[in-house]
Amino acid sequence: METTRAGTTVAPASRALEVIGGDLTERSLRRYLEGIPGVDAVGLEARAAALGTRSIKTTSKAWALDTIIRLTDLTTLEGADTPGKVKSLVAKALVPDPDDMSTPRVAAVCVYGDMVPHAVEALGSAHDDGATGRINVAAVATAFPSGRASRSVKLSDTSDAVAAGADEIDMVIDRGAFLSGRYGQVFDEIVAVKEACKRPDGTYAHLKVILETGELNTYDNVRRASWLGILAGGDFIKTSTGKVTPAATLPVTLSMLEVVRDWHRLTGEKIGVKPAGGIRASKDAIKYLVTVAETVGEEWLQPDLFRFGASSLLNDVLLQRQKLTSGRYSGPAYVTID
Amino acid sequence: MSRLAVPKTYKLYVGGKFIRSESGRVYEVATTKGSFSVSSVNAAKASRKDARDAVVAARAAVSGWSGTTGYNRGQVLYRIAEILDGRRAQFAEEIAAFEGVSASAAQAQVDEAIDLWVWYAGWADKYVQVAGNGNAVSGPFFNLSVPEPTGVVAVIAPQSAGVPGSLLGFVRAVAPVLVSGNTVVVIPSEKAPLAALSLGEVFATSDVPAGVVNVLSGSPAEIAPWLAAHADVNALDLLGAGELEWVDLQIAAADTLKRVLPPEPGPDAGAPSLERITFFTETKTVWHTKGLL
Amino acid sequence: MTFLDYAPAPESAAILNLRDEYGLFINGEFVPGNGESFTTISPATEKHIATVSCASEQDVDAAVVAARRAYDKTWSRMSGADRGKYLFRIARLVQERARELAVAESLDNGKPIKESRDVDIPLVAAWFFYYAGWADKLEYAGLGPNPRSLGVAAQVIPWNFPLLMLAWKIAPALAAGNTVVLKPAETTPLTALLFAEILQQADLPAGVVNIVTGAGATGSALVNHPDVNKVAFTGSTAVGRQIARSTAGTSKKLTLELGGKGANIVFDDAPIDQAVEGIVNGIFFNQGQVCCAGSRLLVQESIHDDVVERLKARLSTLRVGDPLDKNTDVGAINSASQLGRMRELSDIGEQEGAERWSPACNLPSEGFWFPPTIFTNVSTSSRIARDEIFGPVLSVLTFRTPAEAIAKANNTPYGLSAGIWTDKGSRILAVADKLRAGVVWANTFNKFDPASPFGGYKESGYGREGGKQGLHAYLAPSAFAGSSAFKGDAR
Repeated sequence: METTRAGTTVAPASRALEVIGGDLTERSLRRYLEGIPGVDAVGLEARAAALGTRSIKTTSKAWALDTIIRLTDLTTLEGADTPGKVKSLVAKALVPDPDDMSTPRVAAVCVYGDMVPHAVEALGSAHDDGATGRINVAAVATAFPSGRASRSVKLSDTSDAVAAGADEIDMVIDRGAFLSGRYGQVFDEIVAVKEACKRPDGTYAHLKVILETGELNTYDNVRRASWLGILAGGDFIKTSTGKVTPAATLPVTLSMLEVVRDWHRLTGEKIGVKPAGGIRASKDAIKYLVTVAETVGEEWLQPDLFRFGASSLLNDVLLQRQKLTSGRYSGPAYVTID
Repeated sequence: MSRLAVPKTYKLYVGGKFIRSESGRVYEVATTKGSFSVSSVNAAKASRKDARDAVVAARAAVSGWSGTTGYNRGQVLYRIAEILDGRRAQFAEEIAAFEGVSASAAQAQVDEAIDLWVWYAGWADKYVQVAGNGNAVSGPFFNLSVPEPTGVVAVIAPQSAGVPGSLLGFVRAVAPVLVSGNTVVVIPSEKAPLAALSLGEVFATSDVPAGVVNVLSGSPAEIAPWLAAHADVNALDLLGAGELEWVDLQIAAADTLKRVLPPEPGPDAGAPSLERITFFTETKTVWHTKGLL
Repeated sequence: MTFLDYAPAPESAAILNLRDEYGLFINGEFVPGNGESFTTISPATEKHIATVSCASEQDVDAAVVAARRAYDKTWSRMSGADRGKYLFRIARLVQERARELAVAESLDNGKPIKESRDVDIPLVAAWFFYYAGWADKLEYAGLGPNPRSLGVAAQVIPWNFPLLMLAWKIAPALAAGNTVVLKPAETTPLTALLFAEILQQADLPAGVVNIVTGAGATGSALVNHPDVNKVAFTGSTAVGRQIARSTAGTSKKLTLELGGKGANIVFDDAPIDQAVEGIVNGIFFNQGQVCCAGSRLLVQESIHDDVVERLKARLSTLRVGDPLDKNTDVGAINSASQLGRMRELSDIGEQEGAERWSPACNLPSEGFWFPPTIFTNVSTSSRIARDEIFGPVLSVLTFRTPAEAIAKANNTPYGLSAGIWTDKGSRILAVADKLRAGVVWANTFNKFDPASPFGGYKESGYGREGGKQGLHAYLAPSAFAGSSAFKGDAR
């Protein structure tokens, strides 16, 4: 797919065609995205802060803690990752708390593309189709985290991971293209990556579109990029790579959830949201659950529609869980490190 | 001395026009000294319906007058001083004849009135800076307070003879109200209304938009209650109402929560001050979010 | 049970250490009143909280005498710096006892604890902090050198923000050097009485602040007392009018903060999600029992349906119930009589042809409750578009052009507040210029700050609270001031 220029036709994508119309061009895409109502940062942040004051206690808290675990993409994305590290991560994903087998499993493990075979192997039968407590393998792709590589590298990055057994692809958008106003290029790339998610049997790996909101900077950009990601065919929109500060914030996630809500109002289709990076405490994660429930509705609190991209969060949730069960405070020595 | 004078008919000044009272009434105003062309003149005697019409004219003029820039209002008020300065002799003569003061005292009164227009003219583009302020609130908000004109102000100008006098008293009452962009309906001195009515001619030739100043000569005791109770009047200046049943006027004004200034006695009545400008303003505070993202 | 049903998260009332009975606070001490004592109840449960003394005319007189003595002997002679220190002390004590005060406020008023905790009480402390600093800087307040205090201030406050309104009144009065007799509202005296304890803790000289509880007769005795120099009232326009009449002809300086029917104007280019939040905050904050509430929504016709749909979805997530539950968004109505007025006016709205909508919500069987309510298809002549309902009831009207929005917004005898929602900065400033309202919130609503003057145009009253303008209500220019006066050469 060629880079599009103003006025040239961008790659067809059924959602965009339906919403924007047949004459899908860089210009029409831009006009559409720029026609979306703006965001007042102060109001957005105040709303997020207000949602953050919800007090989640007792039974609600117990449910919330288990739900956080079920929604977690347990993640390791280090240059120093090894098969051994991935194995250890998978072990934690399978049995988060060896002292309490009632603890639910996480939704997925999230690794670099070259680690996918190791993750698949370590998961074993827990990765089989239809397995109870199945754990997905998510791979970051498209020259994660910067996204600075040629289109062909990004596409083979993606197809390699899918071929190796990745169930989900976490791609990064080209923030440079977005910030310089080349929305069509970003759009085309997402469409192309989505195509690269196609498996031989005609099914697709789930595509999460990472906006890297810390680099997009403004809420208006986040909102436009969210629309762009959805229009181009993303199954999820995801805040961050975790390599840029700020990573996920509550206001950014709220603004993305508002887009998802509006998309649902418009089309009836449900898109997922994944805040990633920087969410380390159960208390903070619960604020996200509240924000999801009060913005798009409680039905979004399931792994197909909401995920946390996190690593250290899980252990904090386990400590809180132990406190709820035992009635006393626990300590880091009582949870395992992966 | 042989020439036969052509005396003027002193009419009300309402909506930019010189009109007779709708009631057809006049009252005689006699000179106290023989130096005038005639021994007495008739001034129109306003009725409650004239007061009603004057409020309508004043209300209609609010948006235009308050919508001009302070710089522009300042120039218009200064223009009043210029035109008045050119007619010093006429005003001094009227004052001397009808107030019974010496020629030099009359002249001094006119000159002070002129200078007072100049003083207030200079405030028009400054009172907002002095009385307004930016507010440092604890939050991401731009927050600014500015005084704005309250709207239509009914004024009872000083009535008693002597200092400050019918012209200066009138100017002390009216000028500060105009500075911010209010319009006025004013009842001048009942006994000595001529300077005020002549001043109408100055307004009419000084770029003061029609309806901004409305002058109702006649009986304050008769007209003031209608103005005090009028729902479309925003404020009431009782400066010269000391001899009237002014408490009743204030009570009537309470019905629509008018802003009311009490009577002031003596030569310092309505002494020039910033407070006379700001009293007839409303502070408006505007908040706006400040967000970088 | 669903997650959104959030398990109960009640704020503990155990922090309160209430007495069974409260006297009047006169001359630094609690003394029994000579009127007939009354009960203050929790509007959420109708349960008894405490018995409160009622101040008779004689008690009011004693309070004014105490205030006069304190003014003459102590407060007017004290340095501004020392007055400021007392106010700083009070601010700190309020902060220290914030939790307790918040619980008491929610218990007595019915407002959600999250509002008393996050808005009312923090603002109370902020108000004292702000005016504390003014006490020794009065010559910079804009009234020339050596401005004078007025003397004894009579202050009557409403029930919707009981302690906050007390702070709005007492902080500037004391900073300016006046002494105070304050009457809290009959249905919400509790936090004012706890505040009296704080004054004792602060060692504020006796008589500087006196608190007389009671109903309308007590208030009337107070504002009409011949020895008060200043009357400050917040409440209904009807009572404000009476006070303006009864103080006519006296030298009492009067400031009034009265009713409103605020317009919240939403243009088609508004940041829509924040606008919806602002509409909700504008009319459902404190159950809409706010004089500056955005009770008239003026929405551009082209986005009317979208806004109403979003608004309804948002309202469906509002949690109505126990004021002491930390997750409650909308609490109880303050009294049976207020509830009656909301019901009556809402019924009239329906009879006049407006369409009424409320989200499904289970209202408790005890106490006073009214569901968040939206009226669409409201005409400008309808009573629900003109009368202050003072409850969680929003009237939705439409406009086509900015000029029409301004005309409709100004088409009311009130003039307290307004809101503007648009992404277009120049339009915000132009519309704000033309709105006849004392407070205009652009892309926000219901924000308050001690540095920000607040008060109305037209029948919403006169005078400002907050900022240096708020000080002017309690000061007079020095008798010797003359620096701003014109000195004509011709003199």
